[in-house]
Amino acid sequence: MTKHHTLLEGMRVLDLTDEKGLLCSKVLGDYGADVIKIEKPGGDPARNIGPFYKDIPDPEKSLFWFATNTSKRGITLNLEVHDGQEFFKRLVSKADIVVESFEPGYMDCIGLGYPDLKKFKSDIVFTSITPFGQTGPYAHYQATDLVGAAMGGLARILGDLGRPPVRLGPDPQSHFQAGLQGALGSMMAYYHKEMTGEGQHVDVSMQEAVELTLMNVVEIFDLLKANMVGLGQYFVTVRPDLGPLLSRTIVPCKDGYVTFMFGGGAFSGGSQSSRAAVDWANTEGYALDLKDFDFPTMWDGSTITQQESDARNASIDKFLLTKTKAELYEAAVKKGLLLAPCNTIEDIFKSPQLKAREFWETVEHPELGDTITYPGAPVKMKETPWKIHRRAPLIGEHNEEVYEKELGLSKEDLAVLKANGVV
Amino acid sequence: MGKQIFEGLKVADFSWLAAGPQVGRELAEHGATVIRVESHIRLDALRTFQPYKDAKPGVDRSAFYAEYNTNKLNIALDLTKPKGKEVALKLVKWADVFTESMTPGSMAVMGLDYESCRKVNPGIIYLSTSMQGENGPATLFKGVGHHINALAGYCSSTGWPNSDPTMIFPAYSDFIAPWYSLIAVMGALLRRRKTGQGMRIEQSQLECEIAFMGPHLLNWAVNGRDLGRRGNRDFYMSPHGVYPCRGTDRWVAIAVQNEDQWQWFCDVIGNPDWTRDAKFATVVGRKQNEDELDKLIGEWTKAFTAEQAMTMMQESGVPAGVVQNCEDLLNDPQMKHRQHYRVLNHAAIGPHSYHAPAYRLSETPCDIKRASPTLGQDNEYVYKEILGLTDDDIGDMLAEGVITTEYDAPFKASS
Repeated sequence: MTKHHTLLEGMRVLDLTDEKGLLCSKVLGDYGADVIKIEKPGGDPARNIGPFYKDIPDPEKSLFWFATNTSKRGITLNLEVHDGQEFFKRLVSKADIVVESFEPGYMDCIGLGYPDLKKFKSDIVFTSITPFGQTGPYAHYQATDLVGAAMGGLARILGDLGRPPVRLGPDPQSHFQAGLQGALGSMMAYYHKEMTGEGQHVDVSMQEAVELTLMNVVEIFDLLKANMVGLGQYFVTVRPDLGPLLSRTIVPCKDGYVTFMFGGGAFSGGSQSSRAAVDWANTEGYALDLKDFDFPTMWDGSTITQQESDARNASIDKFLLTKTKAELYEAAVKKGLLLAPCNTIEDIFKSPQLKAREFWETVEHPELGDTITYPGAPVKMKETPWKIHRRAPLIGEHNEEVYEKELGLSKEDLAVLKANGVV
Repeated sequence: MGKQIFEGLKVADFSWLAAGPQVGRELAEHGATVIRVESHIRLDALRTFQPYKDAKPGVDRSAFYAEYNTNKLNIALDLTKPKGKEVALKLVKWADVFTESMTPGSMAVMGLDYESCRKVNPGIIYLSTSMQGENGPATLFKGVGHHINALAGYCSSTGWPNSDPTMIFPAYSDFIAPWYSLIAVMGALLRRRKTGQGMRIEQSQLECEIAFMGPHLLNWAVNGRDLGRRGNRDFYMSPHGVYPCRGTDRWVAIAVQNEDQWQWFCDVIGNPDWTRDAKFATVVGRKQNEDELDKLIGEWTKAFTAEQAMTMMQESGVPAGVVQNCEDLLNDPQMKHRQHYRVLNHAAIGPHSYHAPAYRLSETPCDIKRASPTLGQDNEYVYKEILGLTDDDIGDMLAEGVITTEYDAPFKASS
């Protein structure tokens, strides 16, 4: 068997983050970077975040930890004592990227900030992932996933009318967005370093990472002075003169809900989908009022009244109620309908599409005597396949490998360091 | 503006909608020359969606389209005509990176699939991103990111347990997939530098959005537990919610992560008697009595503006934040400090705000300097200066409609 190269082989990353930034180096590691997760002696507090393997709350059984630390090796190191700092600097001298998510100023305070590291490793890429960035009036504000969703504007546009705004269900999306932006910013800086030999500081804001997900809602306010709010199951088109046009896009069917966009206008995919849906409904005696309706020219989102839109939607929605999610989705793929079922996680695991794409990865956890199914590749590359190179590290799992083999310490040295709380 | 990371890098951007064009935008904002190829025959669908300048629809009036095309050059080219294909291949030859986001198979029909492109440019880095990937039973699925939200389980798991699944207004996969593909594109460029080899990167946007809920997938795989809808409840933190504030439809988010923060929280709200009640004195008690707890907190927050509540909590070390609407975002002092929004003057829209990336690079900051071009705005420069065509060539192409100039139907806004 030929050994495949990986996309980021040769890149080394030191990861000092907690749950706010763990995804960053997982992304780089799964692409092939050599990532060393550095935890404080005893293990990172993020290991206490559930859910847990078979519901056993144990720092070696956190599924949150498993999911966000694949393809990393793990060592323990106390950065707050002198000896620990010296070992860290030795690791930095062999690394390309350091990622951290401490409160702004903390790394400087312990003498390991970007200016300190740059002195002896001029091309280091130093990435900081924090709730609001390194400087500014909110730089020292605390934030969780929910606070990120609130301050970044995403919560405001989610949830039912008349009830509190909500965050996205599969938490922690704010942290994951910040982590992915951290990986992107790190990669930009790494590319530059490889081309020029110059390192730099990458300053990531979770608030801004969330803001990037808002699609066109800021532009809607900027141009039309309309503030979007969560509208439950409805999509909204803003019309300053006529008032908002609400279209129910989460629609009940025979056995659940589908997302269906029914409309027209210049978006050819939309108009073609609506025509195909109406043709199908007509064959079973539904939506006959729309038989001759020309969606590209007769549907104008900027002038259609709410009543007209409701009437047309109601006409097709009656038809959807007679079909199951599976029937509708099968037709959607065949006929080009802008329709998809509202899947549960169980549905996702059963997806024939994901199976055909060989999406799922099986990862061995020998210490649990088990294998676990993980989500797979965000991109496919024949020459340098993406893969989960190893399961998340146990606490201090690679101490010997790193301290003895790489830094040349003896077993005795390591024992002394352990007794002194350094590792 | 100083040096830029991608100075000299050439990108042929044949993508559309949001997931593809954001890749080119990020490269363009860091110095790459990015040529966006479009035509009036098949408009980028984002041109047909809100918001339009003065709410009047028009091919070049949508700020939704503009958002993802800063710093790019734009040409109009009909790829269905033989001459159009020929010119497109010249562009392929010129480029380092090729991006496309059409339904799988579409590029082959136009003779611009990876195999065809690599014949004229073996070193090309070719990115294909699509809804569900290039193979499998749903490969030809025509939806947009909103359908991916549903397929990936986000609609079913967002919102309230006693309500229906939630419409997620942003096409969320569009704000995950491009960052994964950009990292891969940069990796591929560095690899090419070492090996001389080009490569293709293939992406399913659905798979990206699913991969973004890892812990919950593992919870199903290992414990058989589905996520369900929880409103703003957290499995572990309490109190954890969004609470009403003074004013109309104003809210503050508060999340208490540990015992210390609970004590600070109690101090901020003045240590009322109920905080010492056995029901609320421990985190297990608070988790068990969350409905009542949320009501009591809401009674306190109602007396303050969201900004006041946030400030009081934060000054005591309790994570809290205003549930900001777009007006708040544009005036947010923190994002102003970081210059998150930059105003650029668009030829058809006029001055409006564009967001910056979420990271600041200390030595090579992004340079967001040119508003999104209008369709075909850079025809002359690109065809003549970059592709070396003559005035006669261009005249012929205009006459034959290879360079498109008009959308030939009444332009109706989509909804």
